[in-house]
Amino acid sequence: MSAAASFKITRATPESRIAAVVGSIVVVGLAAAPLWLDRNVISIAGQMLVYVGLASLWNLLAGYGGLVSVGQQAYVGMGAYLLFAGGILFGVPPLLAVPLAGLAAGLLALPVSVLVFRLRGAYFAIGTWVVAEVFRLLAAQMTLLGGGSGVSLPIAIVKTIGSTREIREYVIYECTLAVGLLILASIFLITRSRWGLALQAIRDNEIAAESSGVDVASAKRLLYVAAAAGAAMLGALIGLAKLRISPDALFSVNDWTAYVIFITVIGGIGRIEGPILGTIIFFALRETLSDLGPAYLIALGAIAVVTMLFAPKGVYGYFADRFHIQLFPIARRVKIDAPVIDGVKNG
Amino acid sequence: MADAPLLAIDNLDAFYGSFQALFGVSLRIEKGETIAIIGANSAGKTTLMKSIVGLVSARAGAIRFKGEDIGGLETHHIAARGIALAPEGRRLFPSLTVEENLLAGGQAKRPGPWSLAKIYELFPVLGERRAQPSTSLSGGQQQMVAISRALMANPDLVLIDELSLGLAPIVIRGIYAALPRVTESGATALIVEQDTGQALAVASRVYCLRGGRVALEGRPAQLTRDAISSAYFGA
Amino acid sequence: MDWLNAVAQGVLIGGLYALFAAGLSLIFGVMRLVNIAHGDLILLAAYVTLAIVAATGLNPLVAIVIASPVMALFGYVLQRVVFNRTLGDDLLPPLLVSFGLSVIIQNSLLMTFSADSRKLDAGLIETASWNVAPGLSLGLLPLLMFGAAIVVIGSLQFMFYRTPLGRALRATSDDPEVARLMGYDNKHLFGIAMALSLAVVAVAGAFLAVRANFAPSDGPARLIFGFESVIIGGLGSLWGTLIGGIILGVAQSLGAMIDPGWQLLAGHLAFLLVLAVRPQGLMPRVEG
Repeated sequence: MSAAASFKITRATPESRIAAVVGSIVVVGLAAAPLWLDRNVISIAGQMLVYVGLASLWNLLAGYGGLVSVGQQAYVGMGAYLLFAGGILFGVPPLLAVPLAGLAAGLLALPVSVLVFRLRGAYFAIGTWVVAEVFRLLAAQMTLLGGGSGVSLPIAIVKTIGSTREIREYVIYECTLAVGLLILASIFLITRSRWGLALQAIRDNEIAAESSGVDVASAKRLLYVAAAAGAAMLGALIGLAKLRISPDALFSVNDWTAYVIFITVIGGIGRIEGPILGTIIFFALRETLSDLGPAYLIALGAIAVVTMLFAPKGVYGYFADRFHIQLFPIARRVKIDAPVIDGVKNG
Repeated sequence: MADAPLLAIDNLDAFYGSFQALFGVSLRIEKGETIAIIGANSAGKTTLMKSIVGLVSARAGAIRFKGEDIGGLETHHIAARGIALAPEGRRLFPSLTVEENLLAGGQAKRPGPWSLAKIYELFPVLGERRAQPSTSLSGGQQQMVAISRALMANPDLVLIDELSLGLAPIVIRGIYAALPRVTESGATALIVEQDTGQALAVASRVYCLRGGRVALEGRPAQLTRDAISSAYFGA
Repeated sequence: MDWLNAVAQGVLIGGLYALFAAGLSLIFGVMRLVNIAHGDLILLAAYVTLAIVAATGLNPLVAIVIASPVMALFGYVLQRVVFNRTLGDDLLPPLLVSFGLSVIIQNSLLMTFSADSRKLDAGLIETASWNVAPGLSLGLLPLLMFGAAIVVIGSLQFMFYRTPLGRALRATSDDPEVARLMGYDNKHLFGIAMALSLAVVAVAGAFLAVRANFAPSDGPARLIFGFESVIIGGLGSLWGTLIGGIILGVAQSLGAMIDPGWQLLAGHLAFLLVLAVRPQGLMPRVEG
């Protein structure tokens, strides 16, 4: 009499199945938002999607790739400026300019990566900041795009997005939702794939990963370029939503890096769910605290510092580890089936 | 009160994270003895050294030095009480010269016979190379620096981890020839040694570790080759 | 002749950049920590100097005598309470904590002193100058700044290589675990290192406050100048940091001559050029 247990490798957990259902409902609801939410809420939803996107990309770089960048605002600004330049100087339709800006930024990020990758750790971080400063200063020199004070999107171009303001806002919102989902889906697929295992290996021990055959340099470069492309698309959408660009606004380290870092740290580094939770917490705090001006930023900074010192995995990480929850099915688990006895399955 | 042993370890369990490396190790050293710890790789010898100086956490058991419990103390406090370790692999400070390494060892300024002059008398080659970067020395010379650095602290107990590792036999003999000067000066020595022959020649008592446990203990004269062999390798 | 003047001014301001960088370099050398709040701490020092001047009427440069110990004490506490908890193998915690600290300091200064630009008055020192040659005039203040940089770096070098404290810091930097075996108290030593760094920051802050207008959000730019000086000069070499500062200052000065809007860009481009062509810097420390 032999009992042979069979097993399979599975990723889904009961929580992840529930999350998938809930998530689908949320996505459908967000897509249909123009039908049931008012303009103000949609505007906030759009901003939240932008931050989920930026934070997820930063999380991919830092949490998975070990590349802490304090200069992603370089590509946010680049995306916005590329869209405006494309429209004003070359007649590129704004909605088409969004993915094109992503592509162009990705290509530009390649030579930049050659330079900044010569620096390591925190020096790499400051190096990325210098690059962002260079882009900001170059943008301020572009008189065709308003120089230091910036430029508004010409009415003629604005009207091509939609005939009324409402339609335009909905169109930009839906594009933002699409790009946000694209970014999340891409990150999910990357981390689930062999690339994801390679990244985990690099994150855990770079030298060991290298000697196991992982091409560390290329993996990191791919991450950096992908993050740049994503940030640029979001930047293009930010410029569209504001209908105006200026060097200080679109290359702002506070708006596009400090807040993003806080969101990811507080939400949870290294897990996909972290930036989503972090964005929700961040906007909840903003609604309640933003009247306080600089005190709000001090509170944010203090929360981030305390989180990093005492709960380095963030809010999501803390609870996920305590209760072994995983909403996005990524980690593989072994699931053992009931044993087969004498060739007859019981039950 | 009867003299407490200089070092008394009772039933020590030591862990690296969740991995247990020592199981109920007991050991005692009287003042003036020279004790050798032998055993195969990963038998727990270095872990034992690190536990004594507080670099590895002990979960159970007691470590008493000069009658006082030192388990749980910070390493630099244990060093101040008079235990000095010459670590495995020498681990000299690369940015410091030979003399600066020695001075670093003596920075606690405990009273005692050891000084730069006495070290250079014991190991003249170090005196010749005192201003050179420590990394420019040969393996044997670096081991002399490591041991001297520990002696500069004028410790009551000096621990030498893997004394002969990576050294040529003639170099090893030279260092062991200098060892009696160390114990004459009043320091008690605990030596971890791969070279069983040397260990048995120099020690007053020997402990053999295997798999994180004490497999054998005794005076060299009383231990047979077979007993040592089976304690060392198991079987 | 204009060019010569521009180069001379650039060299002298290199001294100020070296002062920005020296504290940064020291901390990285001893504990591999890059303090992103470093620039904001320079601004904090400038405002502390302002407060001392307001309370005592002292000349801002004389006020360094009070500002330096104050900042040093703050540094010791900061290291022991905050940064010591972040040190380890993971590079994220110290980086993110110092980033959070940067935001906290900037906004605290903003709340306390408002966003208005200030400037401290050092009296005659600011206007006196030395006419070296026709068309080449060196201001007393820039000369003092450069002199201060040399004194500070020289003192730090002396401390590191000829004193027991310096030996302790180098040993702890080489191998913190073995340093503990020697009886060195790492936590205390790291606190001392940060105290020294902020003592230097106080000097930098006082000169910053006198030289030009300053405002709470000026920190990051100072961090970047200090960082660029360190990279151009070469990691691990304090004198190299001075060379790096000089090169940065000269690049900016020449850039400004071409077009005022190009001043900062020229400096960044010089940095990127060095990064591209000689990433280890001009005077990297030779590993013994």
